[in-house]
Amino acid sequence: MSNNFFEVLRPGINTTFQDKGRFGMQHLGVAPSGCMDHKSFLIANALVSNDEKEGVLEFAYQGPLLKLAKGKTKFAITGNVLFQIINSKNETISGECNRSYDLDEGDQIDILATRQSVYGYLSVEGGFEVEPFCNSISILARANIGPNEGKKINIKNKIPLKTNRKEKNNYAVNFSLEKKNVIRILKGPQFDYFSESSKKEFFFKEYKITNLTDRMGMRLEGKVLKNIVSTNIRSEGITKGAIQVPEDGQPIVLLTDHPTIGGYPKIANVISADYDLLVQKIPGTNISFKCIDLQEAEQLYKEWCSNISKIIKDIKKIK
Amino acid sequence: MFKKLSNIGDCGIVCDFGNEVNQKINTEVIKLFYYVRQQTFNQNLEGILNCTPSYNKLIINFDLKKINATKILNFLKSIDFTKLKLSQNKKKWTIPICYDFAMDLENMSKVLKIDKDEIINIHSKTVFFIYMIGFVPGHPFMGDLDSKLFLNRLKTPRVKIPAGSVGIVEKFCNIYPYESPGGWNIIGKTPTKLFNKKDNNKPCLLSPGDTVRFKSISKKEFEDLGNEQ
Repeated sequence: MSNNFFEVLRPGINTTFQDKGRFGMQHLGVAPSGCMDHKSFLIANALVSNDEKEGVLEFAYQGPLLKLAKGKTKFAITGNVLFQIINSKNETISGECNRSYDLDEGDQIDILATRQSVYGYLSVEGGFEVEPFCNSISILARANIGPNEGKKINIKNKIPLKTNRKEKNNYAVNFSLEKKNVIRILKGPQFDYFSESSKKEFFFKEYKITNLTDRMGMRLEGKVLKNIVSTNIRSEGITKGAIQVPEDGQPIVLLTDHPTIGGYPKIANVISADYDLLVQKIPGTNISFKCIDLQEAEQLYKEWCSNISKIIKDIKKIK
Repeated sequence: MFKKLSNIGDCGIVCDFGNEVNQKINTEVIKLFYYVRQQTFNQNLEGILNCTPSYNKLIINFDLKKINATKILNFLKSIDFTKLKLSQNKKKWTIPICYDFAMDLENMSKVLKIDKDEIINIHSKTVFFIYMIGFVPGHPFMGDLDSKLFLNRLKTPRVKIPAGSVGIVEKFCNIYPYESPGGWNIIGKTPTKLFNKKDNNKPCLLSPGDTVRFKSISKKEFEDLGNEQ
């Protein structure tokens, strides 16, 4: 416990505490939640020497304006984010992602926007001092689960920090962000519910990400997928990344805050290795799907993991 | 015993028990659910993140870093279903209900052509089996109601249903844990809290496979019980 805290001067659009997620509760109606973009989350923690289980602040589009009202800390921002640091002398320093910064009492972090992406992450050395619920500090705002009464961060909230700044050095890493718009999928359990032409078109036509997209799901717009068997199935457990197709034939990708059970046929499932890439696509982006097999998906996941490990290993002290 | 096993994505398995929805099949699903959880707890099976039973399916989600679909499929195929038990986990609950809060009893009585007291009588005598919990935290889907009380969903769902409301549709009965929109026929309201967001050990009162009987209480008792919580 440190008594250090941030004061929220502007909350941002959708700012929440998130970590790896809350598991083992889906059978009680509690979705896992957790960070949308795990890669950015893991790098954010590594840059301030935190354990990978530590919670961070996730923001979307416009982030918060935070004032360090008490104490000293070190922070890092990951994703593709435009931000600045305003120190107590009112000097403005433009911020760079993927590096850590020292922050002193009275300094402010102004997270202006995510660039060509949706989510960004703010980690602090030692983590945030908030009460976990069932082993996770992830906020599931839809069900008001988690710290801050399960609600998004709001203006004038106090955000307490666990520790005072200890580490003397700052660290940074360079890597390029993936830009491709092809998302790889595995066929879903009800793939054969769809007409022959729809099964083909699903892979050849582009789908536009609509504005009706949030932490729970991503509604797509494109060629109508024709269900020839049944548009309703018995409610069943939902898996993150499932692409379900309701009666109107427009696919919805179920994301991190998905309902725990649901009853629409699923044509496909996004592979784990492409999930972070997908959730960072802004509405209006056209994406297409490529079908691969399970072995390939598992191999790609291994590569995804080792790529992150490599980035984390490449983190260097700033001279 | 499941009829079909398949993967959903690269970190999920679907155990499909067939298309029927009845207590016998759902009991099989729940037995497997408890077995997988127990094996996870005993560390005989690693990397299981979530196990979600529904009417006729069990979905297992796992951490691809620790285990993969093939290993879980092999594990599932090796299970001797005759040895799976439910009894030790199954709890019997009595949940108070105040039928004075019914929003649709009048209409139910008209549509079903059954006296209101008789509807209440049938409902409170039914031993409900919890098929699954979900959609929102703590929300039970229970059955089976007497076919005399079978009703469709409301044509126009309500925008707001108070927390604790008990609804029926077809052979199913549910309890809304939170104020929410909904299309079920509301027969009463319980003061019992189904999900406690402050309880880290056992936040959810009910579990899949438990049974529930409703006990009729007066408005006064409802208020007294509500104040205790």
